Amino acid sequence: MTDKRILSVSAIKNGTVIDHIPANSLFKVISILELDKLDTQMTFGTNFISKKLGQKALIKISNKFFEDAEIDKIALVAPEAKLNIIEDYQVIEKRDVEVPDKIVGIVKCMNPNCVTNNENVLTKFDVISKKEVTLKCCYCEKITDQDHLKII
Amino acid sequence: MKNKSLISINDYTPEELLKIIDIAGEFEKNPVQDILRGKVIATLFFEPSTRTRLSFESAVNRLGGRIIGFTDASSSSVKKGESLKDTIRTVSNYSDLIVMRHPLDGSARYASEVATVPVVNAGDGANQHPTQCLLDLFSIKKTQGTLENLNIFLVGDLKYGRTVHSLLMAMSNFNPTFNFISPEELRIPNEYKLFLDKKGIKYYEHLDFSDIISKADIVYMTRIQRERFSDPMEYEKVKNSYVLHNYMLKDTKDNLKILHPLPRVNEISEDVDENEKAYYFTQALNGVFTRQAIISSILGLK
Ligand SMILES: [Zn+2]
Repeated sequence: MTDKRILSVSAIKNGTVIDHIPANSLFKVISILELDKLDTQMTFGTNFISKKLGQKALIKISNKFFEDAEIDKIALVAPEAKLNIIEDYQVIEKRDVEVPDKIVGIVKCMNPNCVTNNENVLTKFDVISKKEVTLKCCYCEKITDQDHLKII
Repeated sequence: MKNKSLISINDYTPEELLKIIDIAGEFEKNPVQDILRGKVIATLFFEPSTRTRLSFESAVNRLGGRIIGFTDASSSSVKKGESLKDTIRTVSNYSDLIVMRHPLDGSARYASEVATVPVVNAGDGANQHPTQCLLDLFSIKKTQGTLENLNIFLVGDLKYGRTVHSLLMAMSNFNPTFNFISPEELRIPNEYKLFLDKKGIKYYEHLDFSDIISKADIVYMTRIQRERFSDPMEYEKVKNSYVLHNYMLKDTKDNLKILHPLPRVNEISEDVDENEKAYYFTQALNGVFTRQAIISSILGLK
């Protein structure tokens, strides 16, 4: 009975499934992709058991297909995320996310004296390293590394 | 370079750096010209820096330009809470070029994005001060005849000193050898060493420089501030190791010049001033020619 109910909300006809999101990053992903502003049907699931991540979350979005540049933004908080593109209930494409070369918004510059932390300025970074994510602020030129990465 | 803001020394290619230096050389020979007649230059000093401001204003005045602006934020609308963006937009309407000094890191880059006229960064917090760097390059080229293959000693606070970081980046285009002389706590940050490694540039680190100074073409002195030390005892222990005295210049190269961004406190003993190798006061004068060159090339007049 319970299983049936999950199934009935799970399957989507057309759209995108984002899997392997670390459970504690679910709401960050929602905010980065601005899913709260979409009016299509969505399902969020969290705290599923994952061998790789411990606890993972998953998002299913009907009738929504992301541009690469748009979806790659979530690589900062969910580097292992997997995308399944669904058409007519079938997975027609799978892909990984990749940290983009430039990050606009999303991340806070860790330099408290940076103009972006004191005036109303959208942050902007060049990505210096993708493995251990290292960002260089385009304004103050200081480095924000993985350990100090804060999502706005 | 026409209409291009100067925010960071890395904005200019080596060719552009050399071009500015050449033009500065022309202004040195002929510092009074009327080429800025009818132009209005805004000097917006959100924090006071009399030395830098006077240098810019002297440069503009000698070229027949007019100046508007303020000398510290307390006397301006900024005090009333106006955003940086609004100030810059407004001043863009009144001027042909904005010279800006501001206490926040990155403020100059942001100003250049919202301004409708070019912006010259006269210091943004601890980040960049590119006109200082260009005047240092001009001073080096003028005294050495070249920027290539020089042995450059950077002395003092190499951790926080933005002038040494900019100079390091700019000189790296010209195959230098660097000798870094600083106390343990104020060593050159790793990111610069990685940068030099990547470029294949030779550098050496020392805690003391008295026995190696004979190799130097340029000695660039900086001030060590007591506040930079977590342990005040440490400051007391090291402070005298980074003072240059006249006797130390005895066996140095003929072409050696001592540079300092000024103001100095006690890191260069006054007995050095009369030595012909002391160059820091002329260096400051070179700032006027360099700023004349920067402003007139950005306005497309040179
Ligand atoms: Zn920043």
